[in-house]
Amino acid sequence: MQRVPVLKLGDVLIVSIQVDLEDQSVLALQEDLAEAVVAHGAKGVIIDITAVEIVDSFIGRMLATIASMCGMLDAQTVVVGMRPAVAITLVELGLSLNGVRTALNLEKGVALLDHLRSAAS
Amino acid sequence: MSDDRNMADDRNMADDQNMAIASSADVVGVRRLVRSVALEVGLSLVDQTKIVTAASELARNALVYAGGGDVRVETVRNGARRGLKLTVSDDGPGIPDIDQALSDGWTTGTGLGLGLGGSRRLVDEFDLASAPGKGTTVTVTKWAR
Repeated sequence: MQRVPVLKLGDVLIVSIQVDLEDQSVLALQEDLAEAVVAHGAKGVIIDITAVEIVDSFIGRMLATIASMCGMLDAQTVVVGMRPAVAITLVELGLSLNGVRTALNLEKGVALLDHLRSAAS
Repeated sequence: MSDDRNMADDRNMADDQNMAIASSADVVGVRRLVRSVALEVGLSLVDQTKIVTAASELARNALVYAGGGDVRVETVRNGARRGLKLTVSDDGPGIPDIDQALSDGWTTGTGLGLGLGGSRRLVDEFDLASAPGKGTTVTVTKWAR
């Protein structure tokens, strides 16, 4: 099983998924992220799925779970870089990822987190 | 339960590929195999993504509900049109109520209950054969446009 690295930039954690996601890697990522959010007092989490070719119901559910889990730990989650074909497939599959914030790319994701933070303060 | 319109008669046996599903790494392997065949038969990027996603759902179902199974990927032809036919079979407990299993949100496991119904929406033809104690075989086809 390949582990997905969690990078820290200021008080934001960045996860860029570059591997074919095995279910076990997905579960490990959830745990790693929860621990990292608490350990670093992170306020934001960005998950980059630019390189992810498919999101099935398991991976989609993982994204929603991570978002709500990080929310409970006082960190906002933004999923960035979803491919158009993945978006089309997810909707047809019946998974709309309600509750998961998205941005088109990493730059816009960072801007969205900044915006959320200034709106909250 | 059959959406199969028997268009997939003329198959090229030389292109058949088989794979066993015994672990979640194999589910990733099935995605790769289906992707490469989808590319070869000329499916569009969106259709490749749909059939690979359906394959991932069906392979995981076999792993989760039956402890594993087998996958067969074939290239099929209907006139000038090419397509990919995927068969996922297992020797698991089988499905007592197929209509219920195909409805969104229904699950006996811990998933979302979108695997079967969702997969059906992602493909052009969908056939599910199952009975309690007899295992489950799902056959799906995606045609190049």
